[in-house]
Amino acid sequence: MSNYIGKPLSRVDGVAKVTGKAKYAAEFDAPDLTYGYVVSSTITKGRITHIETSEALSLPGVLSVITHENRPKIAWLDMSYKDQDAPPGSPFRPLRDNKISYSGQPIALVVAETFELARYAASLIRVDYREAPHETNLDTNLHRARKPKSGLASLLKPPPPKPRGNFDEVYAASPAKVEGRYSHSPEHHNPMEMFASTVVYEKDGKLTIYDKTQGAQNSQLYVTQAFNMSFSDVRVISPFVGGAFGSGLRPQYQLFLAVMAARELKRSVRVTLTRQQMFTFGHRPATIQNIALGADSNGKINAIYHDAVGETSQFEDYTEIVPTWSPMIYPAENVTLDYKIVPLDVFTPLDMRAPGGVTGVPAIETAIDEMAYELGIDPLELRLINYSDRNMAEDKPFSSKELRECFRQGAERFGWAKRNPKPGSMRDGHNLIGWGMSTGMWEANQMPARAEAVLTVNGKLRVTSATADIGTGTYTIMTQIAADTLGMPMEDVLFKLGDSDMPLAPIEGGSWTAATVGSAVKVVCEELGRKLFKLAQKIPGSPLAKAKWDDVEFVDKHIRLKQNPAAAVSLQQAVDQNGGAAVWQKSTSLPAMMKQKNYSRAAHSAVFVEVMVDEDLGTIRVTRAVSAIAGGKILNPKTARSQIIGGMVWGISKALEEESVMDHTIGRFMNHSLAEYHVPVNADIHDLDVIFVEEHDDIVNPLGVKGLGEIGIVGMPAAIANAVFHATGKRIRELPITLDKIL
Amino acid sequence: MNSFSYSRPDDVNAAVGEISEQTQAKFIAGGTNLLDLMKENVEHPQHLVDINHLPLGFIDELPEGGLRLGALVTNADTAYHELVQKNYPLLSMAILAGASPQLRNMATNGGNLFQRTRCYYFYDTATACNKREPGSGCGALTGYNRIHAILGTASSGNTPQCIATHPSDMCVALRALDAVVRVSGPNGDRTIPIADFHRLPGDEPERDNTIEPGELVTAIDLPAEHFNTHYTYLKLRDRASYAFALVSVAVALRLDEGGQIAEARIALGGVAHKPWRNPAAEALLTGKAADTTLFRQVAEQLLDGAQGYGNNTFKIELAKRAIVRALDMAYAGSTQAGDAYKQEDIL
Amino acid sequence: MQTTLPKQPVTRPAPRLVPTQPVTLTINGTPHQLQLAPWTSLLDALREYAHLTGTKKGCDHGQCGACTVLVNGKRINSCLTLAVMKEGDDIQTIEGLATGDPANPESLHPMQRAFIEHDAYQCGYCTPGQICSAVGLMNEGHAKSRSDIQELMSGNICRCGAYPHITDAIQEVMQQTPKNA
Ligand SMILES: Cc1cc2nc3c(=O)[nH]c(=O)nc-3n(C[C@H](O)[C@H](O)[C@H](O)COP(=O)(O)OP(=O)(O)OC[C@H]3O[C@@H](n4cnc5c(N)ncnc54)[C@H](O)[C@@H]3O)c2cc1C
Ligand code: SF4
Ligand code: FES
Ligand code: FES
Repeated sequence: MSNYIGKPLSRVDGVAKVTGKAKYAAEFDAPDLTYGYVVSSTITKGRITHIETSEALSLPGVLSVITHENRPKIAWLDMSYKDQDAPPGSPFRPLRDNKISYSGQPIALVVAETFELARYAASLIRVDYREAPHETNLDTNLHRARKPKSGLASLLKPPPPKPRGNFDEVYAASPAKVEGRYSHSPEHHNPMEMFASTVVYEKDGKLTIYDKTQGAQNSQLYVTQAFNMSFSDVRVISPFVGGAFGSGLRPQYQLFLAVMAARELKRSVRVTLTRQQMFTFGHRPATIQNIALGADSNGKINAIYHDAVGETSQFEDYTEIVPTWSPMIYPAENVTLDYKIVPLDVFTPLDMRAPGGVTGVPAIETAIDEMAYELGIDPLELRLINYSDRNMAEDKPFSSKELRECFRQGAERFGWAKRNPKPGSMRDGHNLIGWGMSTGMWEANQMPARAEAVLTVNGKLRVTSATADIGTGTYTIMTQIAADTLGMPMEDVLFKLGDSDMPLAPIEGGSWTAATVGSAVKVVCEELGRKLFKLAQKIPGSPLAKAKWDDVEFVDKHIRLKQNPAAAVSLQQAVDQNGGAAVWQKSTSLPAMMKQKNYSRAAHSAVFVEVMVDEDLGTIRVTRAVSAIAGGKILNPKTARSQIIGGMVWGISKALEEESVMDHTIGRFMNHSLAEYHVPVNADIHDLDVIFVEEHDDIVNPLGVKGLGEIGIVGMPAAIANAVFHATGKRIRELPITLDKIL
Repeated sequence: MNSFSYSRPDDVNAAVGEISEQTQAKFIAGGTNLLDLMKENVEHPQHLVDINHLPLGFIDELPEGGLRLGALVTNADTAYHELVQKNYPLLSMAILAGASPQLRNMATNGGNLFQRTRCYYFYDTATACNKREPGSGCGALTGYNRIHAILGTASSGNTPQCIATHPSDMCVALRALDAVVRVSGPNGDRTIPIADFHRLPGDEPERDNTIEPGELVTAIDLPAEHFNTHYTYLKLRDRASYAFALVSVAVALRLDEGGQIAEARIALGGVAHKPWRNPAAEALLTGKAADTTLFRQVAEQLLDGAQGYGNNTFKIELAKRAIVRALDMAYAGSTQAGDAYKQEDIL
Repeated sequence: MQTTLPKQPVTRPAPRLVPTQPVTLTINGTPHQLQLAPWTSLLDALREYAHLTGTKKGCDHGQCGACTVLVNGKRINSCLTLAVMKEGDDIQTIEGLATGDPANPESLHPMQRAFIEHDAYQCGYCTPGQICSAVGLMNEGHAKSRSDIQELMSGNICRCGAYPHITDAIQEVMQQTPKNA
């Protein structure tokens, strides 16, 4: 054993990132590379009646314009376009026919010898349309809300549980009631790196594809099915991903178009989307929620009503878990939940950081704050009164839940005890100061995954799994786990990922990678260790010859007896015993279903926020925030802290800045740029504090980790909205809270 | 972006000559606005005349105490210039409230005058826009118009042709300072007071300003009046930095010995097709001391006739409050950009 | 009110292509002879022609700062300038910050080391731009406080939200650097 787990280590890919050596999808070169530029629909719904490409094609150096009219044959069945994250329905197929289903839909790909030329030629394409009326407004289409279709996706996103108790009766009789409507605008992931695929056309027609994705194997599966190719002919590589936040969970259309062009032209093709085009695929769906809470005069919440209506496309039923969070946090006996969707003429929404969670939790956590004011009970106190060690949505105990400790440590660090509950009671000049808090919660899942480990003849360890590192620190924590398991220094361990040729790993989402791939890495290293142990025993005169597996440990590049560290065989000696070959192991890790199934598994957080609101001008600034996190074992406090800080910045963004604004008259998102789609800049972010609360959990997975990708964002929006109320006395239930809503 | 030819003259006459000879030619200075719009296919010049090698990179003191800012001095070099910081801190403050450090290192004083509106529809060739394609309609009028104008939108018809705003911060300060723009053109040199440089959309929204084809801005003159004690630039936006103004206010006050206001200048940004002033409103302040009721009265008068179009209606009240606050700050001589939250020096 | 669009854009001349010409760019002290048309941005020249992909494209419109490079010591957005306009200038990119062998941590620029130490990134995509911008910030010498750093680093968006760590890293390097070095 080494002792890397739990240490605040710098990232193993740090040097690559700070020197510009880390390569992203659009940065791989190929001989004779051509460039594709996407032409997007200017209308929202209807048919293309004519598409004129002659002017574009007349330019020397323009190789092809692929449209629905001249595209090569592609797979016929819907099934062939289903990726691992496809919701029930019929997936969007680029260039399928002349039908336009949403604004900005890709309608042609121009391929040319240079990027500039392709971009210019794209501007010369003329399209005639026959327009049809569209509907893009969730608010005015609520009457069309319906239950979502169920499919494979419903396994991970079950509909809300059936009603329990009698909400109506108990609510009506409750001495304290609150009721409200909560909504937020659509949001786009907007990772800094724009979506890109570089498709390298190899001599034999095989494809090597550098794709921006959260799952190289998901992209590979998609390409093989859509283009009827064999797995051995398609290799997808994605060593670095410039942020994704969920947008890489499904293959995006530039991949399809680039592959199609490469096969057609028999040349390598790179297609990069523009920032504007980053607004033409999945997004966090606009959602409208209604909540009603009934409590007794001691603050015990007895009745919860929570419904939600989200938007989806006309072709797929995208869903999220939204109202279910209420009973997951609060153990009321009388609960009615409902979840519906409205199909609109937009692209299918797509999981975006804490999908559903950062929709449902902020709504319920705002309602709880309203209840605290209704009852005259401190918001923290009210949450403690309604604390539960059981998840009442599933009626199961939590495998661990140190939320109480989060509340305690977070409140102490923040100074919550000094809070005067009266709105508007603190000020500094023109600035009103407010303090607010919220609970956060995110599920801790584990998926099956595989990994491979090789101890080379030089005594170096190489571990691989086809997962991704979208900035989450996967490279680093997997290296730590592998090094610790086999008692090696980190320098001697190389962890590689992001290649479809590698052992199977699921798409990198839902905060499950640390648990999932981490477990696979641990298992494969243990099993490799057993092999090495056997080899070590075979060495003539081996001090371990009679030892049992349980008697040995891996320390300092040696296998040695726990009782007698002097009795040791070096890993190098063990490999040498393998007849000049490396020692190799491939293993699978499966979640311990039997152990897990009786428990609910989740990470929790307590968030405390201070805001300053200009009383005249309505400008809001989050001056400090504390997140106390119960997220199981923290493998690397340095990268973990970054994950949480990043989530908190996202929370600020969601609460105060970000929204994709649709002009419903034309059915188009209009602020499709980073100048007008506001996300925080450095000057928006002030004092952010993170506390990791000790939490031990041996049910959740063998590593005891819960994943930190989403928990940082979930509690922030409500804490901010509640702080704004505390500052101003204004209860804003529509996110983002822009200054005009305060005026 | 279309293909274009490129030249790099090194004297003013050659540059003006080249522009006049070529069809659809444009000057390029920092490129931060022109190249942006060319990539969006909003602008399509066939020839670019790179003016960065013209000798217009000076900042010179004028005999009567004013300052001449060369058209090619970058926004950053202007804002941080010793004389600008000392004598025209309002200008410095306004420039530094705009864009980002990188952009300010590129953007030139000349180019800043010419920057075009940030209207979403103007930028998106899939939509209707009278400024981009005269006669096509105005998408913003019935669409999403959070950043749009509330003043000066009238046209000869019933509905405005264009409700775009001029997005510059620098120009708002220039307007308050009564700057003068110096121009060289095919027909010789002329000067244009900043008030007449930008125009209202009226029936010709495609024209942002009164410059004639082929004319080159060579410099901007700042008059001798400095307003370097009682001034402020207050910019309100959707995030703390790197965002255009929803509303901005430049205030420059001259106080007499008794602390009464001897002269007031108030220019508004983000509310109209040009930086907005109203002499009658400013006159209300002459001879008066600070007084919130009076300030509010001034604000009401400045916003007289303001009209909202839905998403931007909040700007009317916001602008009024911003004016009151900016007057308060300028009068008190606290130049802080509306930003009470500052941490002390630690470096 | 539904507005109608003219099907053909206003008076656009027939398409034509302006030929490429040799352009010499001095990048990290080394002259690079490239064959470029005027329409190639400095950013695309770096990434697609000089194959220096350390400089990133996050928007191509001056709205993110990922493309930040130093020209004659000052930071600019390389996406909004033309390569031909930078002939004769001294262009410095992330690839030119480390001295000597980048595999050796000692050879890294202090700002690069500080970014690693403070975990001032996650996905790393904005990082080269942040680092070049931070070096430019120090060259320019206008930042006097932590809030100055924050304001003067606001031209670099980090969607991963690494801002507090970015500011920590810069502050540390500034505190360690003698004032008039
Ligand atoms: C993301 C982003 C955010 C921004 N935020 C702000 C902000 O908050 N506040 C703000 O004020 N500005 C902001 N700007 C705008 C920026 O200030 C302008 O783009 C810049 O000032 C334009 O100057 P330039 O030298 O780059 O002009 P160029 O792009 O080179 O030229 C613009 C136009 O002016 C013409 N031109 C240039 N110089 C002359 C001359 N001397 N004579 C005649 N014609 C000339 C050109 O032909 C061209 O048509 C922002 C820009 C971007 C991209
Ligand atoms: S406001 Fe002006 S610029 Fe915007 S769409 Fe209307 S006409 Fe065009
Ligand atoms: S790519 Fe240049 S600023 Fe975004
Ligand atoms: S590290 Fe990912 S955008 Fe900054």
